[in-house]
Amino acid sequence: MSLTLYDKLVDAHKVCDLPDGDMLIYVDFHIMNEYTSPQAFSGLDTKDLTVWRPEAHLAVVDHVNATRSSEPHDAASKLLIDNLEANCTKQGIAFYGLGDPRQGIEHVIVPEQGLVAPGMLIACGDSHTTTYGAFGALGFGIGTSEVEHVLATQTLRYKRMKTMRVTVDGDIALGGTAKDIIMKVVQVVGAGGANGYAVEFAGSAISNLDMAGRMTVCNMAVELGARAALIAADDVTAAALQGHPHSGQFEFIGENWASDEAAVFDKEFTITGAEIVPLITWGTSPDQSVPITARVPSGSDYVSPKDKAALGRALQYMGLSEGQSAQSIEIDTAFIGSCTNSRIEDLREAAKILEGRHVATGVEAIVVPGSAMTRLKAEAEGLRAIFEAAGFEWRPEAGCSMCLAMNDDIAMDGERVASSTNRNFEGRQGRGARTHLMSPAMVAAAAVTGHLADVRDFTRKTSK
Amino acid sequence: MKKTIKGIAAPLSLANVDTDVIMPKRFLITITREGLADGTFADLRFDNEGEVRPDFILNKQPWTTANILVVGDNFGCGSSREHAVWGMRQLGIDACIGTSFAGIFYDNARKNGLALPIVSSETQGDLLQLASDANGGEISIDLETRTITAGDFKAPFEMDDATQTALIRGRDDTMDSLEYVDAIRAFEARLSDTMRVSVIR
Ligand code: SF4
Repeated sequence: MSLTLYDKLVDAHKVCDLPDGDMLIYVDFHIMNEYTSPQAFSGLDTKDLTVWRPEAHLAVVDHVNATRSSEPHDAASKLLIDNLEANCTKQGIAFYGLGDPRQGIEHVIVPEQGLVAPGMLIACGDSHTTTYGAFGALGFGIGTSEVEHVLATQTLRYKRMKTMRVTVDGDIALGGTAKDIIMKVVQVVGAGGANGYAVEFAGSAISNLDMAGRMTVCNMAVELGARAALIAADDVTAAALQGHPHSGQFEFIGENWASDEAAVFDKEFTITGAEIVPLITWGTSPDQSVPITARVPSGSDYVSPKDKAALGRALQYMGLSEGQSAQSIEIDTAFIGSCTNSRIEDLREAAKILEGRHVATGVEAIVVPGSAMTRLKAEAEGLRAIFEAAGFEWRPEAGCSMCLAMNDDIAMDGERVASSTNRNFEGRQGRGARTHLMSPAMVAAAAVTGHLADVRDFTRKTSK
Repeated sequence: MKKTIKGIAAPLSLANVDTDVIMPKRFLITITREGLADGTFADLRFDNEGEVRPDFILNKQPWTTANILVVGDNFGCGSSREHAVWGMRQLGIDACIGTSFAGIFYDNARKNGLALPIVSSETQGDLLQLASDANGGEISIDLETRTITAGDFKAPFEMDDATQTALIRGRDDTMDSLEYVDAIRAFEARLSDTMRVSVIR
């Protein structure tokens, strides 16, 4: 029988069926952060349970820590950080805390440490765990009660998802990036369009991506509601597994980690590569995006009263008018960071735009490398010098920072941010803050012009 | 054992209500599950000065006592924070009726006894209208027969078997799964060495 990659991964990890239709599924590797795990550890204590296999877990500080210094910026965040360290010490779990050379955003450091391999099942108390699908591994986010469940049993109660394939074929347009691919997919499938589905990305535009690009795509698949995102393992994957601290330690044998040719999916979408142009979001949901050369929608673009109302609310929150051109949107802040786009490849792309240019007057520009290792690498390559010469603030510590504003990087009420992150929800980067999502190169372009700008205007000029 | 959920329903028709809206991040700096009621929908319920927003549905009579929400599409999207569900429970919400919920939110809800009946767009529209009526009566959600009734109105909803059982029995998944210790050990025994991840090498 022909199987999808998703079904192969689920079958390979099934421990047993449960009487009520769920199954128990084995978790090869589990990652924790400081803000979604405390109540899981206290749950173990209350129930007098121990951790099933401490060596199969990793804890990292990334969400609440300041990135200006390796000291917590306030007592509350210090409490969370110290609590995680104490829990890990007590349970014998690996802990990458502040100042540790391996510290960084969870989904950036796991591949960097060589802790993901095709065929693996990874869970983490964070929705962007879909990132690991880039390696042909099944990664998905879980809640705190499930964190407790994995700690105590090394398994999860699981219900098989339906499958969806999104095929992106052909070369993507000039200036388009992996970020634009996934933003386009979210626009086409819709936020929530993949609720209940595991999504596999296929087609030449996907297989042509490097590993960083594939991670960006799988990372943001959760924005369409996908509980898992997958890309078949190939030679690019195999090459990316080499050269990390844990390289060669794991191999998940038994299957070829790709969908069989005749595998059937419950739902299919096809997008032409040429449609992938630089995009920006204008609204408060990640599917509210338009090409940078286009205009913000007008009420007349929608038929249903529900959609018209949603448009009105989003425009009001974002402080935009109907039909306003995307490039007329002026920004206060430029932010490059997050598990979507803070890898070395992302920093290189942004630096290409920034070299020889300067951030516009009145724009505050910040870059937070995704991990301590990424930062050191970028500094060694001279990227820090380029960012700083352009007027960007280069953060000395890694973390989520302004992606979700749980540390001291909080955008003010009404502040408008060009952001390389993944969510533009109301209040995501601060109460009343206005977020526009785009690729890191597009953030750089916006930073130097002071308004949302077309990255192609810069690449064309530099190529002369 | 909880087979039916009854009460006043409030309409919250916004689509894509994410867990940041349900539980803003400033309430997440905590190591306990408690004290989250005030944080729930905080930016909708209160203004920047902390004053009650009189126009928000849960601040108006009779919905101040609502224990059921009729919600817009794709409710609970975004971050995995279970705090969103803990807070809703602490605010007295027993069920949210909608057309689709984000996966992690759905699982978190089940673990905490929050029922999420899934209905068609048509039923959602009808229920939003029913719930908007200030003189409207109680809504009743029968978990066993998977039906929603409100006066003469009656409609089916979807809920998978495992979630239904979990809600009715109110069980603890962790303790239940530990009854399968032998199956877990047997699974592990079949793993080759390269499939046993160790971060501490
Ligand atoms: S960078 Fe943003 S999306 Fe990624 S884990 Fe951190 S907060 Fe979540």
